[in-house]
Amino acid sequence: MDAILIQLLNGLDKGAAYSLIALGLTLAFGTLGVVNFAHGALFMLGAFCAVTFQKILTISKRVKDESITFFDAYKDQPYLEIWWGDTGAAIIDYAVPLSILFAIPVMLLIGVALERGLIKHFYKRSHAEQILVTFGLAILIQEVVRHFFGANPIPTPAPDVVSGSAAIGSFLGLSDNLVYPWWRLIYLFFSGVIIFAVFAFLKYTTFGMVVRAGMADRETVGLLGINVQKRFTIVFAIAALVAGLAGVMYAPILPPDYHMGMDFLVLSFVVVVVGGMGSLEGAVAAGFLLGVLQSFASMNEVKAIIPGIDQIIIYLVAVIILLVRPRGLMGREGVFEE
Amino acid sequence: MVDKKTDLDSPSRRGVLKAGAALAVASPMFYLKDSWAAADQVYRNAPKGATVTLGFNVPQSGAYADEGADELRAFKLAVKHLNGEGDGGMMKTMKPSMLKGNGILGKKVVFTTGDTQTKSDAARASAKRMIEKDGALMISGGSSSGVAIAVQGLCQEMGTIFMAGLTHSNDTTGKDKRRYGFRHFFNAKMSGSALGPVLKEEMGTERVAYHLTADYTWGWTQEESIKETTEGLGWQTKAAVKTPVGAGDFSQYITPILNSGADTLILNHYGKDMINSLTQAVQFGLRDKEVNGKTFEIIVPLYSRLMAQGAGENLKGILGTTAWNWALTDEGSQAFVKSFGAEYGNPPSQAAHTCYVQTLLYANACEMAGTFYPPEVIKQLEGFEFDGMGNGPTEYRAEDHQCFKDVLVVRGNQKPTSQFDLLEIVQQVPRSQVEYDASIFGGDLGPYKV
Repeated sequence: MDAILIQLLNGLDKGAAYSLIALGLTLAFGTLGVVNFAHGALFMLGAFCAVTFQKILTISKRVKDESITFFDAYKDQPYLEIWWGDTGAAIIDYAVPLSILFAIPVMLLIGVALERGLIKHFYKRSHAEQILVTFGLAILIQEVVRHFFGANPIPTPAPDVVSGSAAIGSFLGLSDNLVYPWWRLIYLFFSGVIIFAVFAFLKYTTFGMVVRAGMADRETVGLLGINVQKRFTIVFAIAALVAGLAGVMYAPILPPDYHMGMDFLVLSFVVVVVGGMGSLEGAVAAGFLLGVLQSFASMNEVKAIIPGIDQIIIYLVAVIILLVRPRGLMGREGVFEE
Repeated sequence: MVDKKTDLDSPSRRGVLKAGAALAVASPMFYLKDSWAAADQVYRNAPKGATVTLGFNVPQSGAYADEGADELRAFKLAVKHLNGEGDGGMMKTMKPSMLKGNGILGKKVVFTTGDTQTKSDAARASAKRMIEKDGALMISGGSSSGVAIAVQGLCQEMGTIFMAGLTHSNDTTGKDKRRYGFRHFFNAKMSGSALGPVLKEEMGTERVAYHLTADYTWGWTQEESIKETTEGLGWQTKAAVKTPVGAGDFSQYITPILNSGADTLILNHYGKDMINSLTQAVQFGLRDKEVNGKTFEIIVPLYSRLMAQGAGENLKGILGTTAWNWALTDEGSQAFVKSFGAEYGNPPSQAAHTCYVQTLLYANACEMAGTFYPPEVIKQLEGFEFDGMGNGPTEYRAEDHQCFKDVLVVRGNQKPTSQFDLLEIVQQVPRSQVEYDASIFGGDLGPYKV
């Protein structure tokens, strides 16, 4: 029972990351009709917002390390600690959660700039051309990040207070073996909030209503005199923000490197296809479903029956779903079915 | 009385003719023999000018990039010392040594570098480029056994000596050994032999182990060697799970451990993979668990100070082995640490140590051979015994080109006295305890001439 529960939690956690990225991808595809291969790079840029913010907070003074006698060694002492002592250290400790405030304007700005500067010129071009240009953009973003931050993953720890594990088993009256890292639980909760916020925004605001109408029939909405284009720019910025926030919060789980977006991009596209192209609910459901399946496939009992299943499960499910139901789990009829 | 005259006493016409004929035949042969020898010693990238080029092939990206960066620092320092610059480092302590600080065989040492990207194909491509385009006479570097074995194979084909950097798989000097490849670093078999007695003393003989193993040659052989050791102690092996290199998020491999009944996790990971998997194992509460009435333990059979730096608090108290540590007090180690520290502001890693030593050993072998001709240099390295380079008296075993020296069993330091004091030396295991029969891993060195 414990083993099942912990795999379920881990699957939901992975699924949360897939869902958040897939949600942004689907928003861009459903509203703008753009297949955005640079979306993974936006996730990576979000993680690097956390890295950058951490670097800003830890700008340091080099001081001689007196404990080394063999040679002249130096260590870095952050100015925040020099000026404010323990308060400064506490601020540095909370760099990741605080960097959300930094990431929101940065990711919105990046989203608007990309849409206005590049993506809008490709609305009426074929999907193949869109894929080529956005893939090129992704590589460009990657190389820029590599130039400034190097190729190595950069440790971006969670605050000390949530760096350990939560004793879920004891809390639920189950086995003591059932523990789960605090930060991963926070990530799961955070993802739920973001997903809920995006759906609420689309469902309960006038802006969201227009966007949903535009997703269903862009031409008719335009004929009604509504500037769909302007709204779509904002939608693209929101998609970038969702990917960015997913990246910020993922930084303590996986130390960011320039390539991390590409690793998630492929999986997220599979999630979008499985969920149904253009279906937001489908993207979220497929994200969690595939995360959980991947997690259960990693159990030794499962791998003993089908060796290597953990590496292929997501693609296997995608193939089966596309064969049985080409529009995906919750895709609209006629979209990407032919 | 017959006065017998010899040809020498009074050469007859016939005698002179015979001697002349013999000389006529012999002289060209004499010249030919020399020219054949010279032709025999035609080899790739023979230095023609005043310089000799060495190729340093290290990972500058990927999971082992930190080690690669430190290896490159060490190579640069070795070149500096060989050319007579700086304080000379271990050149002053190496015994026996023919190094004079005037380059190698009077030629100034220059170098070219490549990025292995921690990928075999990229490493082969960069080594090939350094040999074919940059004229590298010797290739060194590594940081991944997959890469080392791939480059070693290429070097054998191209007749270029390969002085391996950080490579710990048994295969490098086992089934994949090559005449042109030499490893100064220790291997997984030696780690197991060194670690065994310490594990028995500290953890007993009734443990249940769970392995997470990097899915390539190094991980496989380390898992095999450590299993051989722990099962020899009486431990059970619950499971041995292969994980992809550079997986990043290891949570899906860690969660099954929680309820497996295992009380010991053996992480056959290195570099960033080890940092990530260990950090996540700790996040999942493994070190706080009690299983089978015992405290859950984690073992990292191969680790380094650079990894300890990345893993931080998580590595404290964890046992493992290392080839060399900057805290060693022998004359050679101290000279190297002083020199490296003055140059770069931090002590060298074990990867840096092995790369520095390999460069000096190659240069010294050339001096001993009096030529750069690879087969002659190889013969000088085979069976070479030396001291003054850290870890006590060392031998390059001729049968498999594996160096044998003392191995360090270390523990993540619980009370570090400085930012670099991260590993506590538990035991310096003598060379005799880690030696093994060269034939157990099979393999064939191959020919001297290619």
